[in-house]
Amino acid sequence: MPYINSIMFLPELILTIGTLFILTVSTFLKNISFKFSFNASILLLVFSLYSVTFDIDTNLFNYDNFFDNGAFIDFIKILILFGTLVFFLFSEEYFYDLNLDKFEIPILILFSVLGMMIMISCNNLISMYLGIELQSLSLYILASINKKSIKSTEAGLKYFILGALSSGILLYGCSLIYGFTGALNFQEIELKLSVLPQLDLGLIFGLVFIIVSLAFKVSAVPFHMWTPDVYEGSPTPITAFFAIVTKIVAVGLLIRFLILPFGQFVDDWSQIIIFLSISSMILGALAAMTQNNINRLLAYSSIGHIGYMLIGLATGAETGIRGIIIYLCIYLFMNAAVFTILLSIKINGKYIENIKSFAGLSKKYPIISFIISIMMFSMAGIPPFAGFFSKFYIFISALESKLVFLAIIGVLSSVVAAFYYIRIVKIIYFDDGLDNFEVILNFRRKLIIFISTIFIAFFIIAPSYIIDTAQELSKTIF
Amino acid sequence: MIYLIVFLPLLGFLFSSIIGNKLNNKFSQYITSGFLILSAFFSWIIFYKFLINKENIDLIMINWINSGDFKVDWAIRIDALSIIMLMVVSNISALIHIYSIGYMSKDPSIPRFMGYLSLFTFFMLALVTSNNLLQLFFGWEGVGLASYLLIGFWHHKETANNAAIKAFIVNRIGDFSFVIGIVGIYFIFGTLEFDEIFNQVDLYKESQFNFVGIEISTLNFLCTLLFIGAMGKSAQIGLHVWLPDAMEGPTPVSALIHAATMVTAGVFMVARMSPLFISANTASNIIILIGALTAIFAALIALTQNDIKKVIAYSTCSQLGYMFVAAGVGAYNAAIFHLTTHAFFKALLFLSAGSVIHALGNEQNMQKMGGLAKKIPITASMMWIGSLAIIGFPFLSGYYSKESIIESAYFANTSFGNLAYYVGIITSGLTAFYSWRLIFLTFYGKNRSEQDLFNKAHESPLVMIFPLILLSFGSIFVGVVCYDLFIGNNSINFWGNSIIVIEKYSNHMPFTQLLLGKLFISIGIILATVFYFYRNDLPKKLSTKYNYLYNILINKFYFDFIYNKIFVISSHNLGKLLWKQGDEKTIDGFGPDGLSKVIDKLSLIAGRFQTGYLYHYAFVMLIGLVGFLTWYLYV
Repeated sequence: MPYINSIMFLPELILTIGTLFILTVSTFLKNISFKFSFNASILLLVFSLYSVTFDIDTNLFNYDNFFDNGAFIDFIKILILFGTLVFFLFSEEYFYDLNLDKFEIPILILFSVLGMMIMISCNNLISMYLGIELQSLSLYILASINKKSIKSTEAGLKYFILGALSSGILLYGCSLIYGFTGALNFQEIELKLSVLPQLDLGLIFGLVFIIVSLAFKVSAVPFHMWTPDVYEGSPTPITAFFAIVTKIVAVGLLIRFLILPFGQFVDDWSQIIIFLSISSMILGALAAMTQNNINRLLAYSSIGHIGYMLIGLATGAETGIRGIIIYLCIYLFMNAAVFTILLSIKINGKYIENIKSFAGLSKKYPIISFIISIMMFSMAGIPPFAGFFSKFYIFISALESKLVFLAIIGVLSSVVAAFYYIRIVKIIYFDDGLDNFEVILNFRRKLIIFISTIFIAFFIIAPSYIIDTAQELSKTIF
Repeated sequence: MIYLIVFLPLLGFLFSSIIGNKLNNKFSQYITSGFLILSAFFSWIIFYKFLINKENIDLIMINWINSGDFKVDWAIRIDALSIIMLMVVSNISALIHIYSIGYMSKDPSIPRFMGYLSLFTFFMLALVTSNNLLQLFFGWEGVGLASYLLIGFWHHKETANNAAIKAFIVNRIGDFSFVIGIVGIYFIFGTLEFDEIFNQVDLYKESQFNFVGIEISTLNFLCTLLFIGAMGKSAQIGLHVWLPDAMEGPTPVSALIHAATMVTAGVFMVARMSPLFISANTASNIIILIGALTAIFAALIALTQNDIKKVIAYSTCSQLGYMFVAAGVGAYNAAIFHLTTHAFFKALLFLSAGSVIHALGNEQNMQKMGGLAKKIPITASMMWIGSLAIIGFPFLSGYYSKESIIESAYFANTSFGNLAYYVGIITSGLTAFYSWRLIFLTFYGKNRSEQDLFNKAHESPLVMIFPLILLSFGSIFVGVVCYDLFIGNNSINFWGNSIIVIEKYSNHMPFTQLLLGKLFISIGIILATVFYFYRNDLPKKLSTKYNYLYNILINKFYFDFIYNKIFVISSHNLGKLLWKQGDEKTIDGFGPDGLSKVIDKLSLIAGRFQTGYLYHYAFVMLIGLVGFLTWYLYV
């Protein structure tokens, strides 16, 4: 039996042992420690990605029911590992450029990935808390890793303090739930709840506390305040990591936590989710318009995207979850391409920060400009690109669940949001600018951009594979 | 291998458009032509295999759309009809690619041109290999797009841009009806797959629906809609106006549009949907009528045109009319047969015309040519072969196909069939006249071009002549070789269930009728000889004497003029009114402009929330938390 348990825990085990190994070796290496830890991490990620597919697909609970296992969890794990791999593939040069080539960075990333894997597979309030903390602590350090920059330090500090606040809220929520049900395990909580005709006020309070804390992690309005500052202050690859990977796992956890123990009380929690969703969509659309810093803009854009995904969660139905899964896939690819391109363009030897400095890019680099345009159109949700379908399936689920007003607000806010996405296209193609651009694309970056572009631009040709998969996955969590 | 036939042209397009600009022009020329030749070669192999095995293949590549009952796949369907189209399209297109290497050698943007040609071919191949109406429509629209790009290829010429837009818009009108037809078919049959549609046709033979109090037969209605779509693509009367203007594109493009792709799409579609059309009598009669009208009307216009390419363009129109006549009387195999032979000799005529234009330094006006036979003998003989084939000179390919159409019209034994029969015979006389007029004006008589241009005129390079020779073989022999397969004794066996083949009539046409057809052709040739060879002054005299008739013809029956007056100018004015009064003043004023101001302000406020102070952030978070809790306390 222990043997089988370990097999089920294989990706995490590989990741833990591998990370510790890299850490140990790196301390002894002098000059090449960063290079070593970086490339070893890539190898390690590929291994764990491979081992996820190894997993035996059962729902036996392991390690005293601390963890769970299933197709949906595996899928989120794959997305996490894949997103991290993307991060490793496009970021190396950046750290060299900023003299940030410390071997701690890959280690910290790996630890936070480990935290995320625990987060998504947790089956217990305690393991959930531990996963979240392991993930967040690494991220606090990563946000402030650029010690020379005031903004980076500020971002790290803000993130840390607000994160601590949200952890407190989470723990308080957990204790309320434990107090009222006497159980920590998700299944046990569900069992206890199943006999209740309706939720006690104390349980509702506990639920609200936990949702608020998770909403902080996905940066849904009004718990989003840290996002723009942290996105702006952190080094851009770290921002990309925040935008791509942490969002995915937080959304995954939110889905699991709400659907699993509290599944029968959809009507209770969906009120919060609807509010979070509406406010995120509107604020994401409005606040981004006046932003000139590309990172802040992407921060608000990600807030908006979270708003759309929460529509799917608010339905509490299979179609909604299917929509979220499709959305997550497409979101991953879009952001991967955007951040890769962002890290590849330099003006006068500096990385791009202000969106106005894109002006005139199209004359010198037509292909890159064209790809940016595709990504922007896709983010705005314009067919035939993939971004259209991600929103489409979300709205479909809202309509099927009779949440018409959510769909209407979603469509309206995506119209507003289209403005700032397409403004970037306009700046690239129609504004006059300097032509001292320099686009550095090595093979790894080209690979990411190529794959993402193919995926986004040609999604329409064969969407059924992903949609069918999402359908299957969404069935497994109910 | 089947995949390669379809996707090699697409690869060629991608190669030449993505990396073609960076390498030299030779690269894109060779890669696109090479891929096309491969594709043509593979299509021969598939054809050969098909002849032996006679099995239909439905290759499902990817499930495209899967939404409720609505299922559409990306598929390649191989049956007799699609394999014939594959052969025609890939082979002719390959020859045109090779020809373009020579013809466009001095153009500054060769990679773009070759890429577009390949793209065009790809869409056409996707169209003909489709197993459902939606993929067919994909190819249909793609062909429209590629034709737009190619007709407007010389985008610095305003006429070319206008012609491209015109082609696109006129096609759009047909497409609109086509889309309604497709939707209607889905509505009635619940599927877009050909086989499933055809299986259900019998159920709906008598079905009718009520529209504003009139009972309309469903099938006839659907077929008419589909046919209007085909009219747009295949340039039938009324929607033909784009075709002559499309001559603004480079000559290889004209050849590609007119011979193998684009215009044949309409005929192909009608043949593909033949199980539907065969049960729709009224729609079939409309097809005969439109086809016959187009045939004679385009031939009449061609009599007076002076632009060498426009003559051939109108002749295409007229020949397409023949094909529709055949489809209308139910002889779908004759229609496809004529499509095949026509592809060869029309490509030959166009490319020869291109060779003439090339020789004379881009001169297209026939009145400024003459006496070129001595200068460019090979081109002249190619033109002779093409013209002999198009008028149906015995034992050349046009003879078999045209004769079979006229025969099937004769034996249809309906009033529409008889009409088409006589129109067909008269038109073949007209065809002979304008073809010979073209030959005499271009190659014989005195030289009317500038002397030094004439002196410099030279035979085209081998890379252009070679495709011409291959095409001339096609023009001569395709008829004889394929006769048996397409319409002869083997035809029912060959076509299988890909199209409806009507049992062949056993008796022959009466001898007098046969003679009548030949007589008209001979009269056409003799008249042309008299007019343009012996008595060069006659045409002028006639045109002044019958001034009004001549004017009608040279102005193409005033189609463009009327369309311009009725549709273009009035819609322009309507658009202006709506723009100035409706859009700018009403909608913009209250809508976007006003709204965007409000949103601007809102976004400033939203931005101001972000103060940067940590305690503000924590405060907002806690307010949010407390807000939720309060909400639950009171709900």
